[in-house]
Amino acid sequence: MPIRKVRIFNGFERFWHWTQAALIFVLLFTGFRVHGYHHLISFDQAVYFHVVAALSLITLWIFAIFWHLTTGTWRHYLPTVNGLWPVIRFYAYGVFKGEQHPYRKHFWRKHNPLQAMAYLGLKLFLFPAIWISGLIYLTYNYWQGGVSHPALEWVAIVHLVTAFAILAFVIIHLYMLTMGEGFLHHLKPMITGYDDVELTEAELAYLEQDEPQRLKKS
Amino acid sequence: MKRVVLAKRLIPFFWLLLVAPAGAEEGIPTGGKVDLGIKEYTDVGVKGPVDNPVTSLDEKKTSASTADHSRFKELQGPFNSGPEVTKACLSCHNKAGDQFIHNVHWTWLYTHPVTGQKLGKDVLINNFCTNARGNEGMCAQCHAGFNRTSPDYDLTKQENIDCLVCHESTGTYYKLPPTRGNKACAILFEGKPPIDWVKVAQSVRLPARANCGSCHFYGGGGDNVKHGDLSSVLFHPPRDVDVHMSEQGENFACIVCHVGKGHKWAGSRYNMIAWDEKEKALPEPGMERQTATCESCHGDKPHSRTSIRGFKLNDHVDRVACESCHIPAIARGGVATKVFWDWRTAGRLKNGVGYREEGYIQGNGEPRHTYKSIKGSFKYGENLIPTYRWFNGVMKYTTIDTVFDPSKPVEINHFEGSPSDPKSRIWPFKRMVTWQPYDKGRNTLVYMHLWGDDKDAFWGNYNFARAIRRGMEENGIPYSGEYGFVKTWSWWPQNHMVAPKEKAVQCDECHARNGRLKELKGFYMPGRDTRPWLDWLGLLLVGGTLLGVALHALGRILLGRRKG
Repeated sequence: MPIRKVRIFNGFERFWHWTQAALIFVLLFTGFRVHGYHHLISFDQAVYFHVVAALSLITLWIFAIFWHLTTGTWRHYLPTVNGLWPVIRFYAYGVFKGEQHPYRKHFWRKHNPLQAMAYLGLKLFLFPAIWISGLIYLTYNYWQGGVSHPALEWVAIVHLVTAFAILAFVIIHLYMLTMGEGFLHHLKPMITGYDDVELTEAELAYLEQDEPQRLKKS
Repeated sequence: MKRVVLAKRLIPFFWLLLVAPAGAEEGIPTGGKVDLGIKEYTDVGVKGPVDNPVTSLDEKKTSASTADHSRFKELQGPFNSGPEVTKACLSCHNKAGDQFIHNVHWTWLYTHPVTGQKLGKDVLINNFCTNARGNEGMCAQCHAGFNRTSPDYDLTKQENIDCLVCHESTGTYYKLPPTRGNKACAILFEGKPPIDWVKVAQSVRLPARANCGSCHFYGGGGDNVKHGDLSSVLFHPPRDVDVHMSEQGENFACIVCHVGKGHKWAGSRYNMIAWDEKEKALPEPGMERQTATCESCHGDKPHSRTSIRGFKLNDHVDRVACESCHIPAIARGGVATKVFWDWRTAGRLKNGVGYREEGYIQGNGEPRHTYKSIKGSFKYGENLIPTYRWFNGVMKYTTIDTVFDPSKPVEINHFEGSPSDPKSRIWPFKRMVTWQPYDKGRNTLVYMHLWGDDKDAFWGNYNFARAIRRGMEENGIPYSGEYGFVKTWSWWPQNHMVAPKEKAVQCDECHARNGRLKELKGFYMPGRDTRPWLDWLGLLLVGGTLLGVALHALGRILLGRRKG
């Protein structure tokens, strides 16, 4: 089957990824300031930028959800065990022996099964947990009924624990870029949009016929 | 020979080593200027020129009064006394007398509408000079009437109302203690120019800061002694000290906030409005104003309603009193407040007479007395960070008949409030700490006979036993005959000296592990509160991930190298 450079991340997807990445860094930095882990900026500034970044990110998510649903991109994240084991085996064993990554990107499947599951978990659990707890936290005055409600602490705890988990995700996410053919190799598609994809004859024929702009002339 | 001289020179230092720690223990600084005799309240009254503040009669800061009192034939005199002037006032203001005789400035009595306690200066005991009752001969210098010399004062006699102390505007009017007291107190009455009754009577207008301040700034025995937020600085405060009263700011008179009709004013420390809720606090133009609260002008959403910052700040107003952020420190502007008073050391004499000793230089460079034979020893504070407490507005008092446990500090006034009470907010307080006499047999406070030209008055005789016995007897209060000293606290909510907004307390000062609110429990505050297990969980999650990644990378490097 031919391997061709295909645009797999379109403009919106890249904008979404990088804006989200920047906002998550701002949120982690300001959020940990609010909790008192550092004092590099004032509490006042931290709260301000945290709220601005959070509201921006929620807006972005609303667009992203719409985009996932309308373009059918959500299918990329459907969990599967097909090919999962070789990927796990590779990270736990093969990578130390200098083996090749067992997964080849497909046109209809941008992520390897483990990666897809990780992203699905992030999108279905961590992100909703942080933004629902965050909105409850932000609007405490509208539900605590004129008193200082003890539930606020648990809202804050859920928010913070989720933030820790997201930070752990970010660390692993960045580390994964160093696997296989290296950091820049993995980074580049998210900048240019193009990556090497194994195409079936039918897919290649379709792209050449209907979406030639997605194929890079080689 | 030289050695002997050196040793002699060193003797004072050895003395210092021996004496200084003992003095420090009792809180009596030594070495300040000492003067003999009793001089109290000789420096009260307006500092600098009489202020011309904005009052309710002023529009665009010029007086809009409809009457020039200097042209009234009733005020042409001659007058030889205060009551003569008052009769002239009441001949036109024929309802003012009846209005005023029901006011606390006159009655010194107050029945608390919530607790039912009988309060007011006439009965209360504080932890400064303790009791006005029985000492009216001195304390009634600040009674808004003439000749109040004892508790049996005729409260119906309207000609004794002192209209001038509140309304005159020349700055030349003054009040003296109603009786002469002990001969050692004579100096209080010396060197006073006679009052030009016609001039002061013709000068009347709505009260300025000079009027209210000449008593209220000197509560507790001197400048800013009692309240912490009411000092002579407020006659002409810099903008940083009080944004409302400053002549560089709004130049408000006290009565701009302490609104009133018919000689009744808003704003009581006995029964405070801890949270002025929406229905009373209308932020819109044309609002109804009946209270002295911040909300009565600024509304209950005082910060910007269109910005994220303002939105967040407005989220605080139902739980945090405006004063908590907008009065960043107590006793600003150079005049200190008393924070500690020890009656146990009172009564020491030099050459057989009482004396006083300077031991503290306050911010404006003036010395303050840290020891007075008539009162004991004191400590002062300036620019103090307030003590913050949940407060629901209701003050309860330890009165003469309250029995307490003397092994713990006795709260002269105490209050309630909690994070789970929607009527409570976090308020800033000055806490006054005092050691004062009490009835050791009955565990109650005592009335002391401080002022008088007799053998029992403490101010002159310096004998606690006789002063307390007489104070109790005169008021018909049972007394065991044995006195001791008990530690007391009193709480002073801070409302004045509101700083400009750029000087307000910053978020970090409370939202921090060891911030201003670290003592308050029972509610969650971001930046202040955490749980050890939570931080450990975070460390485990993030640290564990980093460690895992690092080991994985190390494995790849080492095994890759071996292979290569």
